[in-house]
Amino acid sequence: MTNLTRKNASELVAMLQSGEVTSVALTQAFLDRIAKYNPVVNSYLHVSAESALATAAEVDAKRAAGEKLPALAGLPIAVKDNLTTTDAPTTSGSKILEGWVPQYDSTVVAKLRAEMMPILGKTNLDEFAMGSSTEYSAYGPSRNPWDLDRIPGGSGGGSSSAVAAFLAPIAIGSDTGGSIRFPASVTGTVGIKPTYGAVSRYGLIALASSLDQVGPVSRNVLDSALLQDVIAGHDAHDSTSLPEGLGSMTEAAKRSDVKGLRVGVIKQLSGAGFQAGVQKRFDESIAALKAAGAEIVEVDCPSFEYAIAAYYLILPAEASSNLAKFDSVRFGMRVTPDGNPTIERVMAATREAGFGPEVKRRIILGTYALSSGAYDNFYGAAQKVRTLIQRDFAKAFEVADVLVSPTAPTTAFKFGEKNDDPLAMYLNDIATIPANLAGIPGISLPIGLAEEDNLPVGIQFLAPAREDARLYHVGAVLEGILEAQWGKTMMDDAPDLDSLVGAFAASEGK
Amino acid sequence: MAKAELMDYEKALEQFEVVIGLEVHVELNTNTKMFCGCANSFGDEPNTNVCPICIGLPGSLPAVNKRAVESSISIGLALGCSIAPTGRFSRKQYFYPDLAKNFQTSQYDEPIAFEGSIDIEVPSGNSYTVDIERAHMEEDAGKLTHVGGSTGRIHGAEYSLVDYNRAGVPLVEIVTKPIIGAGSEAPELAAAYVRSIREIVKALNVSDARMERGNVRCDANVSLRPHGQAKLGTRTETKNVNSLRSIERAVRFEIQRQAAILAKGGTITQETRHWHEDKGATSAGRPKSDADDYRYFPEPDLVPVQPSQELIEALRAALPEKPAERRKRLQAEWAFQDLEFRDVVNAGLLDQIEETVAAGAKPQAARKWWTGELARLANADEKDISELAITPADVAELAGLIDAGKINDRLAREVVTYVLAGEGSPAAVVAARGLEVVSDDGALIAAIDAALASQPDVLDAIREGRMQAAGAVIGAVMKAMQGSADAARVRELLIAKANWQ
Repeated sequence: MTNLTRKNASELVAMLQSGEVTSVALTQAFLDRIAKYNPVVNSYLHVSAESALATAAEVDAKRAAGEKLPALAGLPIAVKDNLTTTDAPTTSGSKILEGWVPQYDSTVVAKLRAEMMPILGKTNLDEFAMGSSTEYSAYGPSRNPWDLDRIPGGSGGGSSSAVAAFLAPIAIGSDTGGSIRFPASVTGTVGIKPTYGAVSRYGLIALASSLDQVGPVSRNVLDSALLQDVIAGHDAHDSTSLPEGLGSMTEAAKRSDVKGLRVGVIKQLSGAGFQAGVQKRFDESIAALKAAGAEIVEVDCPSFEYAIAAYYLILPAEASSNLAKFDSVRFGMRVTPDGNPTIERVMAATREAGFGPEVKRRIILGTYALSSGAYDNFYGAAQKVRTLIQRDFAKAFEVADVLVSPTAPTTAFKFGEKNDDPLAMYLNDIATIPANLAGIPGISLPIGLAEEDNLPVGIQFLAPAREDARLYHVGAVLEGILEAQWGKTMMDDAPDLDSLVGAFAASEGK
Repeated sequence: MAKAELMDYEKALEQFEVVIGLEVHVELNTNTKMFCGCANSFGDEPNTNVCPICIGLPGSLPAVNKRAVESSISIGLALGCSIAPTGRFSRKQYFYPDLAKNFQTSQYDEPIAFEGSIDIEVPSGNSYTVDIERAHMEEDAGKLTHVGGSTGRIHGAEYSLVDYNRAGVPLVEIVTKPIIGAGSEAPELAAAYVRSIREIVKALNVSDARMERGNVRCDANVSLRPHGQAKLGTRTETKNVNSLRSIERAVRFEIQRQAAILAKGGTITQETRHWHEDKGATSAGRPKSDADDYRYFPEPDLVPVQPSQELIEALRAALPEKPAERRKRLQAEWAFQDLEFRDVVNAGLLDQIEETVAAGAKPQAARKWWTGELARLANADEKDISELAITPADVAELAGLIDAGKINDRLAREVVTYVLAGEGSPAAVVAARGLEVVSDDGALIAAIDAALASQPDVLDAIREGRMQAAGAVIGAVMKAMQGSADAARVRELLIAKANWQ
């Protein structure tokens, strides 16, 4: 059982169903590993040992009694800390919500509970999901298990590092501009941003309502498919959730050939600005798909040039509004200035103390973008760009079934490397942002290590809205081809955490 | 509050043209709130009808109340508006502790109903067409109670309490276009317009329409301009005027106040104003400019409301009769003279009388009570008659007690005062206070005998046919019985006694 935590979710599900392992034993194995490594990796902000084990015990008892159980019952999972949970604090990585235990479960968490999946804990993120590295978390950054001096991506670096460090078999993330896919790319894991509206946002602490989407994080494509099938579906609590289902992702992930599949390489998302080792692995993957019978075409998306600019107006605008409710009146931190302060001063003092620098930066930017003198030139113009990007996609999908690019221009960078330059940090999301602006689904999966730094490289596929199944299909096929070439999985190459932690402790001690 | 200088009303109208604009907020009587499943219920214990959505907890999302949309469409149709085939909500953003999300979810540039009109008759019998600019859906805020301090307002208060039961209650805001040309009747028109809105939403059964509970609230915009000037003058907006009578008074006050300022060469400050019922005056609120920046943007958490044509037509077909048609029908049914009926309409008592008649009273009796004693009491208390704590059912019961001879008119008026004081229904008051007309002949005969003792000649006089002599004895008996005697019965008994002896 020593390798239990290294197994994929789908393997663990089979072992649970056959009785080879109990959910309690499995959950405990992950809790033990979390206790050992989380102090360094910092994937979890809160560990829910007691309630996870209680759920596990319930599953084991029901299974022993021969009761029918949901498919993933007993499989432990980690949940990003911007989804509300009634039995654990939900901070969204911010001081302003420190210790806040929500009065209600998010729809996604309710679905995990209905599936009887033990929730191991809540994972770290940049404050209110604003960032690409977890360096903006008010509770310290998470570390990349491939190199503890490097970022695990963001905002969902807690979930990506947990899955990459085998501190969870599978996890929930959220993606507003790449917060699932970029962390997946730099940690050698798989992450999917489903079609906007495929998964309920009810109980997801909003960053930018029109861009946010909840999705799975895992160590292979099939595992994510299993999870998306659990969390997807219409929710009356979320008016923007799709009324219709999108079919079985699990079935799509079991397809084995890509003959005749038209794969569109996005001209604007490769070449200059992309790290050589990233580009090389990407080109090899395209060649592998071609060899497998896919038809490779190039597509032109000229408006992508303006995607980051538009995104960094729409996102702050919506965020400035969504974050207005953090005013100390009904929940969360309250700072009362000396003297006889008015409610305005209490609100201001609380927000001053409770929000970190990146959050303040975006609130100010967004408030300005929506002000009456600036609206047309900023928020209004950004919405027009959004329409242009959607048209670029529509045109591209006329000639391609899926589009493809590297997930990110680089592999994981070092902590502090981009802290002085917010714009450089924003560029990490150049390939992931267009999907959010258009509401279409995207997947990132690992395609090997870059030669120059031995760090994971990710590839991104995009599909038209509601065609999430295509991503699982092409992703699973490419994953199979690469694993056959390597004779192993990506995660088999992950460094031994014990030696890393030892070296890390030694360097910290110096 | 410095006392404002006022210009004589007639003089003000000679010098200036009055332009008014009315914004009426109607609270819908849906079972649940605009964007969540909490009860929409008045008067419950504070903060009991709340959930993560209406108190704006992180992660919560709104979902539009279908019934509220239908009610809004009905209101729009009743006002002759077009209904938008698609309409987005927007966020109106400002920080205030009664606003849970620190933005109000409201329709901004895409109201559900727009471009309508309604004919309004004022007490003189003149009729005006009021153009409706729009009717849009939004949510109410919570209710703040400021504790300590002298004004009851937030400034100077020691602390404030927030009740979020009202937060998220569905509202329809109905906005008129500028109303020009009512001249001296502008104040009456303002009140008559709001009365019509009340009648319409009550007839549609989409609102309880009780002004004293804030179900219907009016913001009155008033501006003046010299006769012949094309440009509109600077306006003030008197907020939350909550009775018909106050609306009329507030508009009149603003006309006189602004005229005095303008006549002296002064300028009107664009601002909100508060109405003080006790002082009969408005006072300055906060400055308001057209540049108030609410940073509106389309609500990303909601999809546009897209009512089907079938739904709109079904709601149109279900509209109740128009107010003018209804008035015609009621006058015929009740057989009221023109003058009687106009009094009823002008007093805004159609609903009360209709309900009183429905509860079993004769139309004339219902009219007599509402336009007479009850109107007098409301007036004496400086209240709107709808605020009196007596229901049409109470009035019908009262009339029934009179018809049955249980009480007389004088006693009935006394009963009314006890009903208004909250002692219960008329029948309950009569029973509890023993106010029933004494019909026990034994008590009356004893009283008659006592009266006759001092006036022994009366019986002879009656026997001789000089009936006026009876009056003195009847009077003495009524006095002795402290009014609780049926004068007609006393007379009968007296005559019987004379003839028998």
